[in-house]
Amino acid sequence: MAADKFPIEGSHIMMFARSIADDNQIYYDADYAEKTNLSRVIAPPTFVQSSAQFDPNYVLRPRMGEAWFGSGKEATSIKKKELSVASGGLHAEQHFEYHRHIGPGDILTAEVKPGKTWEREGKRSGKLVFNETITEYRDQNGELAITARGVGVRTERPVDQ
Amino acid sequence: MALYASNLKAGDTYTECLIEDLSRTQIVMYAGASGDYNPLHTDEKFTREVAGYPSVFAHGMLTMGMTGRMLTNYVGDGRLTKYGVRFTSQVWPGDTLNSTATVIDVSDSVVNLKVVTTNQDGAVVLSGYAAARVE
Repeated sequence: MAADKFPIEGSHIMMFARSIADDNQIYYDADYAEKTNLSRVIAPPTFVQSSAQFDPNYVLRPRMGEAWFGSGKEATSIKKKELSVASGGLHAEQHFEYHRHIGPGDILTAEVKPGKTWEREGKRSGKLVFNETITEYRDQNGELAITARGVGVRTERPVDQ
Repeated sequence: MALYASNLKAGDTYTECLIEDLSRTQIVMYAGASGDYNPLHTDEKFTREVAGYPSVFAHGMLTMGMTGRMLTNYVGDGRLTKYGVRFTSQVWPGDTLNSTATVIDVSDSVVNLKVVTTNQDGAVVLSGYAAARVE
């Protein structure tokens, strides 16, 4: 997820923490946080994944005036051959390195760099194509805050259950 | 609360139940907060009829996020320096997940952990590692 401006906001952190079933006060209570050695609210370890909200070209968000591949009247509103491009495949791996912890008031940038691509034959889903991306999250001073490495996989067919 | 190197040794474990009977609503909450609105996670009709899966399933990052809660409860807030995972099996509505961190090694300043999250059948859904600063 590339973003020129990813402002870190308290209410977004609170909603994100709820969404991962984490009621830790450090994620929403500034008065509590002030009394800890962190001195402020911080974001949970995987929070930067929500930079998707600030990526203007993120493919997994409906856009006004454009067909969305999820269901409406029909099970999908776009042609099947376009689906594999639209759905973006599955998430195979995710890695984070924390150079410093982020909190409300920080304004990050997210720069995406392409990584390796490789293929292998999967037992449960046919040919697998893996694609790595590296995202560098820098703060308002240009300092590296978090490095993320993600690996996505496109499968030839749905994974057998 | 930070961990103290003097209290840690290789093989120590910490376990938490991450979620019982994962609800579709929890998955919807994750979609809303993260911005990943892939219908595979929230749209049963699309997922069954078009994608060919038996039901919607959780974002890998929801499992990684909940597993991160286990880690920060263990090592303390703002202590992680590395955290990485592989998603090894899908997580479905109704699943109950447990997660364990095992100490691999510990120095004066850093503990290295192995991280495994399993479902109610004992299948590994996430495996990975973390490193955290210790006192």
